Amino acid sequence: MLAHEFMRNAFLAGTAISLACGLVGYFVVLRAQIFAGDALSHVAFTGALAAAAAGLDVRLGLFVATIAVAIGIGLLGQRARPDDVVIGSVFVWVLGLGTLFLAIFTAGSSGADGTAAVRVLFGSILGLSAGEARLAAAIGVVAALALLLLARPLLFASVDPEVARGLGVPVRALGVAFLALLGVVAAEASQAVGALLLLGLLAAPGGAARLLTANPWRGLALSAAIAVGSTWAGLALSYEVDSLPASSAVIGCATTAFVIAAAAAWLRGHGLGRPRPEATIAA
Amino acid sequence: MPTDLAALSLNPVSDFRQLTEYAFMVQALEAGTIVAVLGAAFGWFMVLRGQTFAGHTLSVVAFPGAAGAALAGLPLALGYFGSCGLAALVLALATANRRDAEAGNSATIGVVQAFGLGLGFLFVNLYGGQLANLESLLFGTFLGITAGQVQTLLWVALVSLAILVAIGRPLLFASVDPEVARAGGVPVRALAVVFLVLLGLAVAATAQITGALLVFTLLVMPAATAQQLTARPGPGLAISVACGLVVVWVGLTIAYFSPYPLGFWATSVAFGLYLAARLLVAARRPRARAQLAAAVS
Repeated sequence: MLAHEFMRNAFLAGTAISLACGLVGYFVVLRAQIFAGDALSHVAFTGALAAAAAGLDVRLGLFVATIAVAIGIGLLGQRARPDDVVIGSVFVWVLGLGTLFLAIFTAGSSGADGTAAVRVLFGSILGLSAGEARLAAAIGVVAALALLLLARPLLFASVDPEVARGLGVPVRALGVAFLALLGVVAAEASQAVGALLLLGLLAAPGGAARLLTANPWRGLALSAAIAVGSTWAGLALSYEVDSLPASSAVIGCATTAFVIAAAAAWLRGHGLGRPRPEATIAA
Repeated sequence: MPTDLAALSLNPVSDFRQLTEYAFMVQALEAGTIVAVLGAAFGWFMVLRGQTFAGHTLSVVAFPGAAGAALAGLPLALGYFGSCGLAALVLALATANRRDAEAGNSATIGVVQAFGLGLGFLFVNLYGGQLANLESLLFGTFLGITAGQVQTLLWVALVSLAILVAIGRPLLFASVDPEVARAGGVPVRALAVVFLVLLGLAVAATAQITGALLVFTLLVMPAATAQQLTARPGPGLAISVACGLVVVWVGLTIAYFSPYPLGFWATSVAFGLYLAARLLVAARRPRARAQLAAAVS
């Protein structure tokens, strides 16, 4: 399997991307910011296609759009708490804008009709060149390191913002920095599993880890391990099964891990009578 | 898109004749009208009940349903209605025991959505990579709506709207104040299950025009516009339906005469209406406050 260059590239990029996704995803679940991840996936689609329509590098559009919107959410988030209806309306319109850019792009380059949308929506990890894979891996590793640097104060600020603020932790700045990091990771993950599926790579490992352990450090490690494991298993599966697309396989494996974790937590809650892990760490 | 055939002449009569020249466009307008009424009516109750997230999940499920039906050689409508109806039933039973969304719930919903989309992508791949088909499943199309599809939509809409009319009054009561309604002998739980299943059918119908990802264009935006303007149920429902019709008719007309897709125009019209309603309310508020102050003093 690893004799093929495209598989080596996919494993290299996939490992780094899923490592970053697992680490950031744990905090996304802990801080109950799944909806921000959902929002960023819509923005990633539109940003990438806007760049494609303008003739720029897709990755430029991805990173600029997701990071800008993530910081915007972070700055607005404290004062204005928009409800589901507002968020739903805005993001459906953003998706609609994405289809406009898609139409402009496909009209401009008749050779590539359709595939651009599929690449952005559902990822193209098996199509990365060696250079692209190395760049994606480098960005993934930097994002993972940045999160680990922030992890201790961020954990404190997530679990108990009031006390953290009292002890001089810059809670607000941390929140914005975390969302900017989430933007970077969302843009990264769009290249691997696509804008529509990146939510799964953020939510499933983090959700599973939170169900399995209440200890945040163990949870963080577990979340990263589940994300990387799902990516490896998914890539291997899609290599063995011809018609199985890589991104569907990766998300399928992550979902399986989440279901197993939920079953284990349910068994522990019912069978052994131990307290459920969520009870001890209220976000 | 038939842009080379159609040219906007700004003469309403000839433009209307062009618009209705082809059978596919007439069927698209018919289907769009049915779906606009259905989506706006159910959307109004959905927004009132705070079930936007459930609606989002149901609309995402429409994609693997339709793609799976295409793969199995079944009619697309069966895939849409089957998958959304089933998902609504599951959702109703799974959430019936819980009062509110727990912290862990949103992670579950995120996983379910991503898995549904991944499954849909797998089905499309197995189908043989009809990429244009994928785009229309996700972002909607007004091409290729058959007369049979219009008829199915009409029947589904008539039946579910009739049920909605029948349960409308207790449902409204149960949505606004479930505690009092329960004490008053209203079967709150049964109503919630029935409503969610009907909502699933409405989402499935809407997704056939707007695509799975843009269902909110007709489900949430008209209802949100109406609820900006009035809290009263009668006028609210009427405004919601009117907004839905404007979105579909204007969106389809512009999409027919322009090279850009229906998804963009419909969402833009709907979003424009919503923004206009918000601006109107914001402009009216100081005046109302001044009137109130004058009346008090």
